[in-house]
Amino acid sequence: MSFDKERFKSPYSFLFGNMNLRTKTLLIISLVGFVLLAIAINSFFINVDNITTNFAIKNSQPSLQHPFGTDWMGRDMFSRTIKGLGLSIVIGGLASILSAIIAVFLGLSSTLGRYFDHAVNSMTDLFLSIPHILLIILVSISLGGGISGIVVGISLTHWIPLTRVLRAEIKQINTSTYVKLSKNFGRTKLWIAKNHLLPLLIPQIVVGTILVFPHAIMHEASVTFLGFGLSPHEPAIGIILAESMKYLSNGSWWLAFFPGLSLLIIVLLFDLIGDNLQKLLDPTQANE
Amino acid sequence: MSRKKLIKFLGLKAGTLIVLLIAVSVISFILVEISPIDPVRMYIGEMSLSQEKLDDLNEYWGVNQSLALKVVNWLGNLANGNLGTSLIYRIPVTEVIGERFQASFMLIFISWLFSGILGFFLGVLAGFKKGTWVDKGIKIYSYIVCSAPVFWIGLILLMIFSVQLGWFPTGLAVPIGKLAGNVTLVEWLHRLVLPALTLSITGIAQIALFTRSKLVEVSSSDYFLFAKARGEKGWSLIKRHGIRNIILPAITLQFLSFSELFGGTILVEQIFSYPGIGQAAVTAGLQSDIPLLLGIVLISTIFVFCGNSIADLFYKFLDPRIKESEANEF
Repeated sequence: MSFDKERFKSPYSFLFGNMNLRTKTLLIISLVGFVLLAIAINSFFINVDNITTNFAIKNSQPSLQHPFGTDWMGRDMFSRTIKGLGLSIVIGGLASILSAIIAVFLGLSSTLGRYFDHAVNSMTDLFLSIPHILLIILVSISLGGGISGIVVGISLTHWIPLTRVLRAEIKQINTSTYVKLSKNFGRTKLWIAKNHLLPLLIPQIVVGTILVFPHAIMHEASVTFLGFGLSPHEPAIGIILAESMKYLSNGSWWLAFFPGLSLLIIVLLFDLIGDNLQKLLDPTQANE
Repeated sequence: MSRKKLIKFLGLKAGTLIVLLIAVSVISFILVEISPIDPVRMYIGEMSLSQEKLDDLNEYWGVNQSLALKVVNWLGNLANGNLGTSLIYRIPVTEVIGERFQASFMLIFISWLFSGILGFFLGVLAGFKKGTWVDKGIKIYSYIVCSAPVFWIGLILLMIFSVQLGWFPTGLAVPIGKLAGNVTLVEWLHRLVLPALTLSITGIAQIALFTRSKLVEVSSSDYFLFAKARGEKGWSLIKRHGIRNIILPAITLQFLSFSELFGGTILVEQIFSYPGIGQAAVTAGLQSDIPLLLGIVLISTIFVFCGNSIADLFYKFLDPRIKESEANEF
């Protein structure tokens, strides 16, 4: 859109001035990435034992000392929430990477031949036919609970979109004229994969992995909310929210409100990174 | 559309369902089989038995059989419609599921219908008023709700309407001191409002965003432009050239959402202690009631499959464009 630039000025132009999209996107990505990293690192240093119980200030409303209020044992909800978010980010990260590995493996093998393609398709249908939460519960039980059960469960249910994208992408690249030309020149399959496929697929894999993140975090919170995987005293967001249910009736609204809101913001931030990264890696949009 | 084609379609779907059910039941069976749960221990509960008795029980139920043999036995029982006995309720799994599924089905159906209609309406409105604050408001709502955990929305509604305003009870589909059979319709509906609302709030977002983007797409088509050039405008233009083209994809999408609805029901029922299949699934999972859990996995598979098949049916048999293109083939 080169015509009439003034009319198409972004609503955020007061924030970013005259930067082009690439600079803006990079700025957004690094800012948001910094926030998320800060939460993850901070939560690592919060020792659960240091979130002291102090019955003198139990069930206190949000204040300057305790921005998220305190719970029924006088524990600071802000520290517990940050700790929970850190756990969510770690679990989400592990699950996204694992599901990306599954997706790359299946996406690549689906292009090996007709039978492989059929096999991957039927696997997709199979995993789409069971509601995700139910499958995660099953896997969690199967692995005897713990974080590993949740991570494996989430990865087993989240590889499908990326697999489909990769499969379509590989098929499209394989029919392109430059691949045919390379074949005619006698290049090996490995050479074509390294020089024609990988450079185009890596951005897709990166974006796909990051876009799985928000879903993974939400499923982690849902499953721990239901009581699977982690023991009840661990400060996961789902467990904090499940605990808050007992104290809702006496009006302790802050116990549920702030942890859930923080989770919502984290999910939105990851979405933001994913969308912006997609823009950045798509050469047709990047330098607008 | 020929009747022959429909029968062929249904036959194919039935065949696929059977294959799918076998695959799902084998996989879920193997998953629970490799879990560290001791089935005999779960069955006898807290009772203490001598090692000899335990061995006898192990022998009786074939705990030490090979995995392949167990899977075959399990499939054989399934084929006879025997899903075993629930360890928590001590009645056949099919009975538990039958009772629980009715309650859940009402919940799912109401929120499905409500979110579909309202979501479609909001999507059309947003697409029609593209670029205005109405459009932006609907879009922001949809993006936020898509990123919010369902159970958190449920908790917020519970806090506002039950705790603060006191309009609805904080849980239990059946009032205390009453038998499930004696609940009046009004009491029951009263308890259905908040769970259904929670499920709908999240359901609306997806369909609204989809409808909006479809309408925007249609609005930039040639026939739309031509209709505009002929002097059609406003609501009648949207109705005659927009909605007619987007309603079928929207309905199809709504049928494809059965899987997410089922997942949402599991969470929502837990929050509002609504005695449906989702609550049974969580209880079964937490207390290792394996027969019930496997039964619920199977029924959810059938449920999701039905949704997908109906979407397929709509796509194949009701879309006049596809019908025409197939008719031209012959």
